Amino acid sequence: MNFAEFFQRNLPYILSGISVGGQYALIAIGYTMVYGILRLINFAHGDIFMVAGLLMVYISASLPVYVAMPIVIVATVVLGVLVERLAYKPLRSAPRMSVMISAIGVSYLIQNLALYVTGGLPQVYPKIPYISDTVKIFGAVTKRVTVITPILTIVLIIVLVLLIKYTKVGIAMRAVSKDFETSQLMGVKINKVISMTFVIGSFLAAIGSLLYFTNYTSVMPTSGAMPGLKAFVAAVFGGIGSIPGAVVGAFIIGICENIIKGLGLTTFSDAFTFALLIVILCVKPTGIFGEKNIDKV
Amino acid sequence: MKKLLAILLSALLVFSLVACNGGSGESTTAPASSGENQSSDSTGNDVVKIGVFEPQSGANGAGGKQEILGMQYANHVQPTVEIGGKTYDVKLEIVDNESSTDKAPTAAQTLVSAGVSVVLGSYGSSVAIAGSPVFKNGGIPAIGVTCTNPQVTEGNDHYFRICFLDPFQGTVLANYAFKELGAKKAYILAELGNDYDQGLANYFTKAFEKLGGSVVRGDFTKGTSDFTSYLANAKNDNCEVIFSPTSIQYAQLIVEQSTSQGTGLPLLASDTWDSNVILNAAKGTDAKIYVTTFYQEGGNKEFDEGIKKWINEDSTAKTNNGGDDTVAAVTAMGYDAYFVALEALKKAGSTAPADVLKVLPSVTFDGVSGKIEFDEVGDAKRDTAFVKNANTETGAWDFVAKQGV
Repeated sequence: MNFAEFFQRNLPYILSGISVGGQYALIAIGYTMVYGILRLINFAHGDIFMVAGLLMVYISASLPVYVAMPIVIVATVVLGVLVERLAYKPLRSAPRMSVMISAIGVSYLIQNLALYVTGGLPQVYPKIPYISDTVKIFGAVTKRVTVITPILTIVLIIVLVLLIKYTKVGIAMRAVSKDFETSQLMGVKINKVISMTFVIGSFLAAIGSLLYFTNYTSVMPTSGAMPGLKAFVAAVFGGIGSIPGAVVGAFIIGICENIIKGLGLTTFSDAFTFALLIVILCVKPTGIFGEKNIDKV
Repeated sequence: MKKLLAILLSALLVFSLVACNGGSGESTTAPASSGENQSSDSTGNDVVKIGVFEPQSGANGAGGKQEILGMQYANHVQPTVEIGGKTYDVKLEIVDNESSTDKAPTAAQTLVSAGVSVVLGSYGSSVAIAGSPVFKNGGIPAIGVTCTNPQVTEGNDHYFRICFLDPFQGTVLANYAFKELGAKKAYILAELGNDYDQGLANYFTKAFEKLGGSVVRGDFTKGTSDFTSYLANAKNDNCEVIFSPTSIQYAQLIVEQSTSQGTGLPLLASDTWDSNVILNAAKGTDAKIYVTTFYQEGGNKEFDEGIKKWINEDSTAKTNNGGDDTVAAVTAMGYDAYFVALEALKKAGSTAPADVLKVLPSVTFDGVSGKIEFDEVGDAKRDTAFVKNANTETGAWDFVAKQGV
């Protein structure tokens, strides 16, 4: 088999790997930022992603898709912030474990509310013109969203990194993630910073959901669980708390999964992801880009 | 103060739960005095209860709802039954087994406790198998409507069924793929750990290999939504047809991704795919979809017209049917199952489950889907399946062939 043929054969797997990787990355940032600031794994994040999908289904039923998209994004952000205000903020001084359990509770609450609303039936995601169209790339036929996803992901992440590096709120975020108490003493408005984190996380999850469900056009109450879990693994793999880490981890997981499927080992692709989580936790618990643990005396 | 507020809030939550429970409980259970075999309702007639054991949520929720529609329509057409010289009102006792093998026994127990005389269902063989022991222990006969896996009735004296079986269906599909579609190599997409998918995949493989074809297996895990790599595998392995005996939840995704990826391969599927969900996904694309099923719309004009009218008049029924009035095969089967149950009750001359069980093997009925009679295992004697093709322009099913083994 010559190279051209080999390339032709494997291109669909790589394309779909990069695209899925981009979608995981957008979700993973939500996990990693919240962890960086609150030291909380926000288990409800995957479900917020799912709700964004459902909102799109229901809102686009009565409004044009282009009007529905911004509404969905705003509504998702509001939901993310609301969850923080109602379920995490009252527990700010409680032990970290309580907040985590509260997050699990929120996750199941959202899933079951979605089950009630949808009646448990899969909802068909609307076609978004332009990005839903099929295109041909080097002979492989796919949806345009497959190509747009990685590009959009990288652009959004560059914007985010710049925001964190140069704006006032970004500086505050970094301060809070370094030392919660001290930054409070220095006059950083902690609640504002935390809200901002949830705004950014939910915003990216909403974008991720637009891209993800355009590719896989069916929304179920449990649709957020698997992508959420994998994005979480990506965040841990890249070093939880680190944004570039989450992105790199997400792309690695997305591409590896699809290559494994391409090898014919379809059954093992999920097992691989979670085996990777165990290996990285054993070998390098802080992940590839993780911050070093410095004991403060 | 804060503590008091917390206690108050929790109390409120608990009370609202109780209130909700009471509300929904009333809508599903029969007249207030449940727990007895017979009770009177407003018309003064005694009531006989038929249990409906179907999924209304989860992966098979859409199919289960369509099957229930057939029973509800039958109940609307024939709300009473003559048992032992007395007229009884028939009450459908509907439970949701959530398409889940863990939830099925609890749902089945609800029916047993409600004192039903006979049970209909379930859509999805694995939940029927999971609920079966509960009915057995309760001494209640069950009639499978569209559960096609052999294990449902095998070795079970209390489980009957009115549809064809998977060994038959798998062979029919293999014959069709090999002889009519001219495929020599098939790609099989089946969900891991699902009795229905795996059973059909195995029977198809056996029959297809016997004909001289070869197969490639692509198993996926529960909850998979990305099928692009599987479809690329099918294409790379030079398969000529994709056989996917999956539930509707995956079907829609498979159809969608197959067309957007331009595989151009025909999709062959079993009775689960006979749903308007598939038609909507295929409409306006170049998908080639073939399914085997129990009933073809147009098979019985009177039934078709009647149920369409009923569906169009009832908005809930229409929503449960997926928003239009296409008659799914499972709906026709649900309709037949209800009448088989009535026949059994009439013949037994009693509402006691044990009496119904005794006469069931000898019950026959001419239904809209054909003549129904049981063999010694409790399966219906059926030797033909309908092959249908999704018309991508009109968004309806086109009849292709009546296929035997």
